[in-house]
Amino acid sequence: MDEDRPIFQQIAEQIENDIISGVLPEETQVPSTNEFAAFHRINPATAGKGVNLLVDTGILYKKRGIGMFVASGARARLKAQRAHQFSERYVRPLLLEAEKLGITLDQLATMIQKGTTR
Amino acid sequence: MTTVVEAHGLTKHFGKVHAVEDATFRIEENRIYGLLGRNGAGKTTLMSLLTGQEFATAGRVEVFGHSPVENAGVLERTAFIKESQKYPEDFRVKHVLRSAPWFFANWDADFAASLVEKFRLPLDRRIKKLSRGQLSAVGVIVGLASRAPLTFFDEPYLGLDAVARQLFYDQLLADYSEHPRTIVLSTHLIDEVSNLLEHVLVIDDGRIIIDSDADTLRGSATTVAGTSSSVDAFTKNREVLHREGIGGLASATLAGLDASGRRAAADAGLEITPVSLQQLIVRSTTSGIEEK
Repeated sequence: MDEDRPIFQQIAEQIENDIISGVLPEETQVPSTNEFAAFHRINPATAGKGVNLLVDTGILYKKRGIGMFVASGARARLKAQRAHQFSERYVRPLLLEAEKLGITLDQLATMIQKGTTR
Repeated sequence: MTTVVEAHGLTKHFGKVHAVEDATFRIEENRIYGLLGRNGAGKTTLMSLLTGQEFATAGRVEVFGHSPVENAGVLERTAFIKESQKYPEDFRVKHVLRSAPWFFANWDADFAASLVEKFRLPLDRRIKKLSRGQLSAVGVIVGLASRAPLTFFDEPYLGLDAVARQLFYDQLLADYSEHPRTIVLSTHLIDEVSNLLEHVLVIDDGRIIIDSDADTLRGSATTVAGTSSSVDAFTKNREVLHREGIGGLASATLAGLDASGRRAAADAGLEITPVSLQQLIVRSTTSGIEEK
């Protein structure tokens, strides 16, 4: 766990990652709050807060008496959301670092192309 | 939400020593609390007041709605595992475990036996022959297996090695998940337990100085570092909790930094590092020293 963000946000993000990567397919059950708590060694209430964050946004839904499930269409929605944040989270720091090192935009573009064709 | 402990202006003086001063707070049911503070801050005295082992100089406290002092109804639902627990002379480990159900209605002997095995505790050994770590393990086992609705652990890990401490944290979490109850962990190993806590009470010099949700506290401070001039320019109109400098470099801990603040700091070429719960508390409780 990172120190700089609330743990429940990190839990939510990890579940999101697992949905995006396909580890948790749609309409399958996610681990229980207590299982998350034991695995990450965190307070169960905190784990519950992370799960509820995803219930509130409709990524997970509750089957009464059974547990939490991944909603249909959750993967596409999460991917769209992440694409939206891509610039802020990755491109901006990249440009800042390039500027600091005096790497021009053209050089950067070449580097990116090399990176993708490798 | 049910309140388990309610303290109002709770105060305890020992002669001229003000061990606990005007403490007002609540402890809610089925949460894990961290009671954090430096040595001598008043943690143990506060817990002694909450368990009726000390008389308050002023103020009042209610546990399960009643005063805990000489109140069997309250005390049978309370476990207080002290750092220096005393046992009768010549008691062996098995005697401690055998007498525990006299005091704790929810005592689970099977759970205790499984913990004895996990902590590799010699049942037949006399308590006074145990190592410091083994003595702590006895306390941990009694505290967990008693399943008291309100359980206090006062620095329960003294002498326990890293493996045994992790075992304690894991067993605590697992058993708490299955049998929710109110737990108060007093500790100064804050980093080790910070993820287990739902709520944090920080006591310094007898006063409660932080009473906050652990998650709120976690996001509440950030450190920025860089050249002194850029740090100072950035922190000019912000609340600075702590500042350090060496030569032309400086780092400042700020109260709360939102997304736009973080971006501004990054644009100013400053390094942003998170502040752990432990660092935050160290900074909140050492201010007095620097002023002197």
